Amino acid sequence: MSRQLVAWIQAAPMAVVMLAFLVAPIAMIVIVSFWGATEYSIYPAFQFDNYQFLFGSPVTYTVFLNTFKYAAITWAFTLVIGFTVAYFLAFEVRSLKWQIGLFLVCTIPFWTSNIIRMISWIPFLGRNGLANSTLISWGVIDEPLEWLLFSDFSVILAFVHLYTLFMVVPIFNSMMRIDRALIEAAYDNGASAWQTLWHVIVPLCKPGIMIGTIFVTTLVMGDFITVRFMSGSQRANVGRLISNDIGLLQYPSASATAVVLLCTVLIVIALLLRLVDIRKEL
Amino acid sequence: MEKRSRTFYLLGAFFVLFVLFLYGPIFTIGILSFQGPQGGLTFPMNGVSMHWFRDLFQEQAVGDIWGSFRRSFALGLMVMVTTVTVSVLGGLAFRKRFKGASVLFYLTIASLVIPSILVSLGVGLIFNQLGLPVHWASSGYGSQLTWTLPFGLLIMFAVFNRFDKSYEEAARDQGATAWQTFAHVVLPIIAPSLLGVALFGFTLSYDEFARTLLTAGSYNTLPLEIFGMTTNVTTPVIFALGTLTTIFSFLVIGVFFLLVWVMSRRKDTTSDAGKGMV
Repeated sequence: MSRQLVAWIQAAPMAVVMLAFLVAPIAMIVIVSFWGATEYSIYPAFQFDNYQFLFGSPVTYTVFLNTFKYAAITWAFTLVIGFTVAYFLAFEVRSLKWQIGLFLVCTIPFWTSNIIRMISWIPFLGRNGLANSTLISWGVIDEPLEWLLFSDFSVILAFVHLYTLFMVVPIFNSMMRIDRALIEAAYDNGASAWQTLWHVIVPLCKPGIMIGTIFVTTLVMGDFITVRFMSGSQRANVGRLISNDIGLLQYPSASATAVVLLCTVLIVIALLLRLVDIRKEL
Repeated sequence: MEKRSRTFYLLGAFFVLFVLFLYGPIFTIGILSFQGPQGGLTFPMNGVSMHWFRDLFQEQAVGDIWGSFRRSFALGLMVMVTTVTVSVLGGLAFRKRFKGASVLFYLTIASLVIPSILVSLGVGLIFNQLGLPVHWASSGYGSQLTWTLPFGLLIMFAVFNRFDKSYEEAARDQGATAWQTFAHVVLPIIAPSLLGVALFGFTLSYDEFARTLLTAGSYNTLPLEIFGMTTNVTTPVIFALGTLTTIFSFLVIGVFFLLVWVMSRRKDTTSDAGKGMV
């Protein structure tokens, strides 16, 4: 058998899954986005009503803007926190054993349930939660803060909590590949710690930062459950727009929104991918 | 030992805070799940009891927790086995350049970054239009694979990028067939990494929510069940459930790490590599 044929056979299962459960569903969504709907059924058609309605409604723009806002703020926080944590692990922790151990400590929550991790913020942030009662007992505030839970604050807090790992891992990976001689060279040439960080380490971490950025922005932009749960259904993003339509069985309208969301996400990724080649980084 | 800089302590403190931020909430609900029978969703503790755990094990007023746990467990195993097999095959394929490789690679990456709700919605629509019933073991299983396979493939890339080809060449030079080379040389070397792929496959499936939402059908998986509970359960029973399932996840992770550790020890102690010539 030729090498080519063997490779195809080996790649076939992956390709089949991707075709059946990724490509076909997206094609289906695109098709259904032109369909029509009654209150309880959908029917094949070729009409632009769903898109017309979507782009004609001011809600759409507000919700998209809100989605970008969540993505941008979450990105900023996860980047700063993720970079700092990765820097500590890569450059301040010196034995490989400790590096791996502490790195695993950071990754373990990723393998547990996101929903439980969201729920677990309730005792902290609620009206009578830990945060409020602590602040009151310290005399910082007199009244419980209302904006801790079911607000933009709690939504972004949960995003940062869930997704910072996606920054830590790729940035740590980039940092571990930096030749330590480069850093010594910078110091030997009289660079300060900040100069070394900014002119040597950060540029060399760019691929990691980019991969983390792609992860975090796409996860946040596609999310619907965190926003729904952490805002107590009081805030909206595009994902919730879609899931609300699904709840009302308005699949064509949900599909149209999904198509627009997908295009938005793909544009964001395309812009980011121009800056880095993922395959070289693994 | 040389003296640590001030930066070390500052960043160390930051790291500790980060770990507290990661684990603090989950430990809080761990404590709160021992609330007394009259206790609420937040502090103060109203007595200490096993009441809410007992509640879980009794006939449930809400939902079917144990049924959904069994389904999630079975689905996790199915997804795990498939993810390992398909990712290894895919990894092997990508080592040889083949036509369509970059298309498949970008599809896999797309699968990772695409909003999960699109997979859920699309798969649900297809099954509906084909008149097939959605079920966790068919549509749910396939949808979850779109989430676990990219991780598996990326891990395999990382593994094979670091793989020393001279081992294979040596095996071939000694007359091993392609299959023998794979089974007796490649596979034992990559085995610990495969455990990593398996860990991703199982845990990501076990906790998957968004892609299973519209594809699980009438029998819920555990995360769906828990999410359903968040809307109508207002007692610490949900904390008890969260604590139990998190402990279960920790156990699973622990077992995988233990296996990796045992494997790497066996490799160190029982290998006769290098002794043949003596």
